[in-house]
Amino acid sequence: MLENYLPVLVFMILAAVIGMVMVGLGFVLGTRKPDDEKESPYECGFEAFEDARIKFDVRYYLVAILFIIFDLEIAFFFPWAVVLDEIGMVGYLVMMVFLAVLTIGFIYEWKKGALEWE
Amino acid sequence: MDLFLDILWIVVKIVAIVLPLMLCVAYYTLAERKVISYMQVRIGPNRVGPRGSLQPIADAMKLMCKEIILPRSANKTLFLLAPMLSIGPALAAWAVFPFDEGVVLADINAGLLYLLALTSIGVYGVIIAGWASNSKYAFLSAVRLGAQVVAYEIAMGFSLVVVLIASGSLNLGEIVMAQQGSWGFFNWFWLPLFPIFIIYFVSGVAETNRAPFDVAEGESEIVAGFHVEYSGMTFAVFFLAEYANMILISALTAIMFLGGWLSPFHGVPILGAIFDWIPGFIWLLLKTLVVAFLFLWFRATFPRYRYDQIMRLGWKIFIPITIVWIVVAGFAVVV
Repeated sequence: MLENYLPVLVFMILAAVIGMVMVGLGFVLGTRKPDDEKESPYECGFEAFEDARIKFDVRYYLVAILFIIFDLEIAFFFPWAVVLDEIGMVGYLVMMVFLAVLTIGFIYEWKKGALEWE
Repeated sequence: MDLFLDILWIVVKIVAIVLPLMLCVAYYTLAERKVISYMQVRIGPNRVGPRGSLQPIADAMKLMCKEIILPRSANKTLFLLAPMLSIGPALAAWAVFPFDEGVVLADINAGLLYLLALTSIGVYGVIIAGWASNSKYAFLSAVRLGAQVVAYEIAMGFSLVVVLIASGSLNLGEIVMAQQGSWGFFNWFWLPLFPIFIIYFVSGVAETNRAPFDVAEGESEIVAGFHVEYSGMTFAVFFLAEYANMILISALTAIMFLGGWLSPFHGVPILGAIFDWIPGFIWLLLKTLVVAFLFLWFRATFPRYRYDQIMRLGWKIFIPITIVWIVVAGFAVVV
């Protein structure tokens, strides 16, 4: 059972190695002539005014929080969808109650304007 | 010793997957330039090799020999980690991909879950790149892309749940087999799950940050987005990851909605017999190429969406439709 997952592990390690080798190859083959102007952060030709880690819109946080809720919901749906044939009507209805609760939350955040972007 | 041989054999198989994939990615970039140029009545690259056919090789050589600039104010470790983080999942996702009946590297029964997990990791590469660059454009792009990818990932996840309900298995091979039937083409999931098919593919376009959803790159406003500070090979790795992800999404659309390696004429009286000799992976390749072509066609056709339109499409249209389809598809299965 578990040995089926060995290729997955090997592939993940190899994929990471491929990434490292490609970047490493760039360092080996590429030239390296550091220059003060070259290494400055790009800002359309003039000196950067301030640090780039500026404040940004709080709605991006909101989206991230909503994402966590919905992604968890999807994680709960996966096993349910696989065994839906066996658990039948009862299993279906139980999950619909769960979905209804989340849908109410979704409607609430919609009405509250959490999904508005101007 | 046995384990060592096993691993060696696995590595050989992985190389047999990754090398053709890399070649596909290279020529996909050429195909993009050629397709778009013909759509715009231009010729496109035609200098390197016959009809420009060696262009990707020349591009690769050039990028390898270019200097990798490390910006002074960047967080160096994260800056270099980011491209690796985006190419890694784009390659590793192919571990569970079935190329034909039984031709799969890891025949695990959590294939779809693995794919969902890996495609989620890809976004870290971009966010880390944007943050570690310490450049305003890169930062804005990372924030935009983070929110966008995350929104479409939900629609995508829900679509996968609907596919799961319809097929009853997390194994990609079994999902294809569930689409087999006596009507060939009309048995595949694209027909009964038509809205989900559209939503999955459009979410895939948004996930890979392609036109018309490419606000994170937005060359007319934030120059190149998260990879503005990257040069040489580090940039090439981001580029490869993006195209590898596009091919992955195309191939997954073919597997989940277009019958994978099944012949479209399977079970049809005369045509079925005529086309049955064609091996499955040819069908899969053809279907993948058709979907991959759509990516290029979109880019040549549609103007870029505004950010609020993108978010509205994801949250207010796709997610409600997929939720309704979960209810409907679930009901159809239990009744």
